[in-house]
This record gives sequence, C-alpha cells and structure tokens, in this order.
Amino acid sequence: MSGLRLQHELEQFLYRQAELLDGKQWQAWTELFTADGIYWMPPDASYKTWDGQPAIFAEDRNLMAVRMGRVLHPDAWSQRPLWGTNHVVSNVVIRKVAKNGEVEVTSRFHMMELRRDDVRHFAGQYTHHLVKVKKGYAIRLQRVDMTNAQAAYDYVLQVWV
Amino acid sequence: MKTNHKLNFRNMVEPDRVRKEVYTDEEIFQQEMARIHETVWIYCGHESQVKNAGDYVTVQIGRQPMIMVRGKDRRINVLYNRCPHRGNMICGDVKGNTGEQFRCSYHAWTFHHDGRLKNIPMMDSGYKGTRLTKDSPELCMKRAARLESYRGFVFASLAKDGPTLQEFLGEAIVAFDDMCDRAPEGEVEIVPNCFRVIQHSNWKLFMENQIDALHPSVTHQSTGRAAHEVEKQLAKKAKSGEAPLSYHMLSAFATVSIDKWDNFQTINFPYGHCILTGYMGLRPQDPDTLAYDRIMIRAYGRKRFEQIVGVNIHHVLVYPGLSVQSPLQQLRAVRPLGVDRTLTEIWHFRLKGAPEAIYRRSLAYYNLVNSPATLINADDLENFWKCHQGLASDGGEWVSFARHHGRDIENKGVVSSGPNMGTSEAPMRNQMKAWAKYMSGAAQAGSR
Repeated sequence: MSGLRLQHELEQFLYRQAELLDGKQWQAWTELFTADGIYWMPPDASYKTWDGQPAIFAEDRNLMAVRMGRVLHPDAWSQRPLWGTNHVVSNVVIRKVAKNGEVEVTSRFHMMELRRDDVRHFAGQYTHHLVKVKKGYAIRLQRVDMTNAQAAYDYVLQVWV
Repeated sequence: MKTNHKLNFRNMVEPDRVRKEVYTDEEIFQQEMARIHETVWIYCGHESQVKNAGDYVTVQIGRQPMIMVRGKDRRINVLYNRCPHRGNMICGDVKGNTGEQFRCSYHAWTFHHDGRLKNIPMMDSGYKGTRLTKDSPELCMKRAARLESYRGFVFASLAKDGPTLQEFLGEAIVAFDDMCDRAPEGEVEIVPNCFRVIQHSNWKLFMENQIDALHPSVTHQSTGRAAHEVEKQLAKKAKSGEAPLSYHMLSAFATVSIDKWDNFQTINFPYGHCILTGYMGLRPQDPDTLAYDRIMIRAYGRKRFEQIVGVNIHHVLVYPGLSVQSPLQQLRAVRPLGVDRTLTEIWHFRLKGAPEAIYRRSLAYYNLVNSPATLINADDLENFWKCHQGLASDGGEWVSFARHHGRDIENKGVVSSGPNMGTSEAPMRNQMKAWAKYMSGAAQAGSR
C-alpha cells in the first residue's frame, strides 16, 4: 500500500472515531475496539503501561459497557442534560507499520465540551495501536495523553475523550 | 427582614437543623478557615512522599500555602511557603526536590530545610546598621506552629495550643491503624499519583456526603445498575462463576438497598469525627485473598490476623478535611478553595509486604471510583453543585438533619446511630455540633 493511501485510510479512521464520540454513538464507538481492546488515559505522560497503575481511564470492553450503561440510564443525574462535544483531530503521524499490517499512529486532538452554559476545552495526543480487520482497522489500544493530565479537574470527565 | 445570624454561630445550629448561610456566606467561610482549618490538626501528606532530604510537596492548610519538606536530619518540616523578605512564594511547583536549601527566585535568599536563614546576598554590606541581623527570627521561613506524625501520616496545626494529634483524633485514629495493620509489614507507602477534582460547592457538603449511608442507592443507581448487568454476564461466562471484584464494588452501590445500609452504623466522636461501619464484601475467599491471608498470618499470628481483618470499617471521617477508606487504602483530603469551591486530593496507598493482586484490587477501586473519570463521584459532584445553588437561594432558610433524630445512643460524648438506623443523620448533627463549638471559639471543641 502506498504511504499516501495508508495515511489517508488512517486519517479517515481517526476522524470516524472522533465523530462517533461527538455523535454519542457509543455502541458503535466501542465496537471499533478489538475484543481485548483498551481505552487508556494515563494521569502522567511518563507512564508506559496502563496495567497495574493509577489511570484516569483504563477500560476494556466490559468496563466500556458499564460506562455506556450508566450514561444512558434514566437516573444518571449528572447526564441531565447530556453534554455536547466537538473533536478536532489533526497532526496524524504514522509511527510504526508492522508486516502484518498493524500500525501505531499518533495524532493531536482538541475537544470542546458544552454542558448547560459551561464550556470546557481539552487537548492532547492520541496514540492508536490499530490492527487490520476485514472492514479496515480495529483499536487494540487507544492511549489518550491529556495536556492537563496532572492539573486539577474542574468537575470530572464522564465519557471517553 | 433577614435576621443577622452572623454574630452567634451557636444560633445557626440547632440539634436537628442548620441555617443555610453556614454553607453560602463568604464571611462565615473566612471565619471557618481561621477558627477551624487554620487551628485544628490538618493532614499534610505521607512521609513516603518525601523520602529523600530536600524532597518537598506543597499543601494548602485553610488559606495558607505550606511546604512539607524532608530535612538532612531526616526530620519532616512544615513551613509557610513564603519568603520573609518580600513575601515571594518559595516553591512554585507542587512537588520536587529543593536540593541543599530553599532559594527564593526573587532575591536569592536561601534557607535550610527547617526554615532557618542560610544566606542573604550582601548580608554584611547591605544590612549593616539595619534592624536585620543574621539571627533575627523574622528572617526565617515561618514554621507551622505544631507538627506531628502518626504511622507515617503527617499533620500540622497552625495554632500554638490545643490538643495533641492523638487527643484530637481520639478513636478516629483507627483510620490509620486499620490501614497500616492490613500491611504484613505494618506500614503503607503512597502510590505516587494524586487525583485532584474540584467541586462547585462548600466543603462541608463533601464531609456530610461521605458518611451519608442513604445516598448511595439513590445517587449512584445508574452506575450500580449498569455494573450489575455486566457483572451478571461476566459471572455467567466465568469458570469460577464470579465476576471480578471490581464489578461488585460498583454494583453494590445499587444492590445494597436502603434497608441494608440501615444495618451499618455510624459512631460519632468529639471534634466532629465519624466512623461508618460495614463492609462491601472485602473478605472473599478467592486465591488472591487466601494468599494474602497466609502472609498476614505468618506476620502477625492467627489471633492478631483475625483481629486485623475483622475491623469493621467502611469509612472514617476526620473532621474537618479527611476521609479515609482504610480497608481499600484510599484517602481523600479536602482543601476548601472558597465558599463555593472545594478541591479534593485523592490518594491510594500500597500495603507493604502484601501481594501485588491485593494492591491491584484496591487500585481498581481507586481508578473506577476516585479518578477524574469516576463512575461514582460524578453524580455526587452534580448533587453538591445543585445543593449549593439551592442553598444560595431564598427558597428556604434551613437544612434539615432530622432523620432518626432523638434515637441516637449517647455514651460519654460518643454518639452512635440507633440499631438498624445506619442511615441516621447523626454524623451531620455531630459535625455541626462540633462546628458550632469551633466557631464560637471554644478552646476545646472536642470537650465532652
């Protein structure tokens, strides 16, 4: 595959990932992950693994199902109103391509979130470990390094960034 | 016409209700900082955060920015984060190592780790004949008036007089004993990450919520139910027939019904402290627990081991700013930022000598319940914000703490919730009783 075509395919995949989050299509979003896929937001950029360490998020498909179930539950008080988000994903750089088609790709994101009348901004780096599947790619690991990972959180995060 | 209650804090607190201004009034907040937070013993940090000479962390006590630092003599000091020269903060970062000395970034005054002046540039030529000499006490970084440590947990008091730390903690000291005793080596070590979350409400709402046994099944219904669904599916698939314990930790918020919470008990102490008894299924019989049990029995003997793991505690609250969940080694320190803004710092500790699996079990709780992406506290913080908005309105004047009022059992100043009344609002009544004493300047707010 030519480098340009791969770059284009990966960019489209990352855009779709962000679009599913912004569209609150959480079931479809979790299905982007492999059966053993992990969504990980470390509390510090120096962390090398999610395993056995403090994590803002470290969720497999089962925990994702809990989070999705919670957010959609009629008694999720803090989800009234549901908030809106807008992701912009850019600076897509292919880091590694393995012979079997697995890739590591980094990108930068900026997310604006609106809840009631309050706007918050989050930004940082995505690192995606993607595997080749029939329909394109699946996420084995989505690492999200927030620029403000170590800062105090004014209120909390409820859905994946 | 509104009554001015400000002059008499005792009038603001009745046995079963409290004036709403206690939560919303800026002047009362300033008085609270002076009379409570900047007077009583406040948790600064754990000794394992500052292992080496020069290691420091910054910490807020009431309105005062402080530094906790390890000296070359291994002693820990707690100093005001302020240069005596022009008032510049000495440490701008939240943690680090200051090396041999503190050095002010403004005019290079230097200080020893215990706050004593080390050097001032041009001391001889510049200060000759002035009121300042090298041994003037006002040339030192000011120290916290009192400093004490218990089993590695460091507290400071900014008041010269008052009860000792152990007198102040009283029976709430079990928070630290229970946490440390569960370690085969009798000590805990801090996990080097602190989650920090800001809530938009008065600090007291957090302290009341921590031991409010009625709220979990209401506030956390959504997470509890969602976790229970996944837990059931995983249990069906698992060979052992059981889902990982972390799902139970979450589902318990919904599956433990209000009448079950009533089986727990709150025990309320002088100075405003409280113990909430009860388990969330923390003595399972899985291989990891059994391996831990064997190590503990080797370390302590069976009799002592049974005593240690038999301590029946869910939460210990040390008024005014500490919530300790000792069986899961979690600690939350409350730092008021303003009358309507409160920071909580949430820490996790490792049981020294315990197997990795035991650390991971409580780590799961730390991540799921206490991280900034918490599945639990999100709804608490939402309630706190709503409470504060409502309390700031003119829609009412009082906050009610009447649940099971009159049915508490009092014995020598210790107030327990009545039998099968674990959801009693006794802890709130007790906190506000202590609050009124502190605020009216009672020298011994804990006196029985």
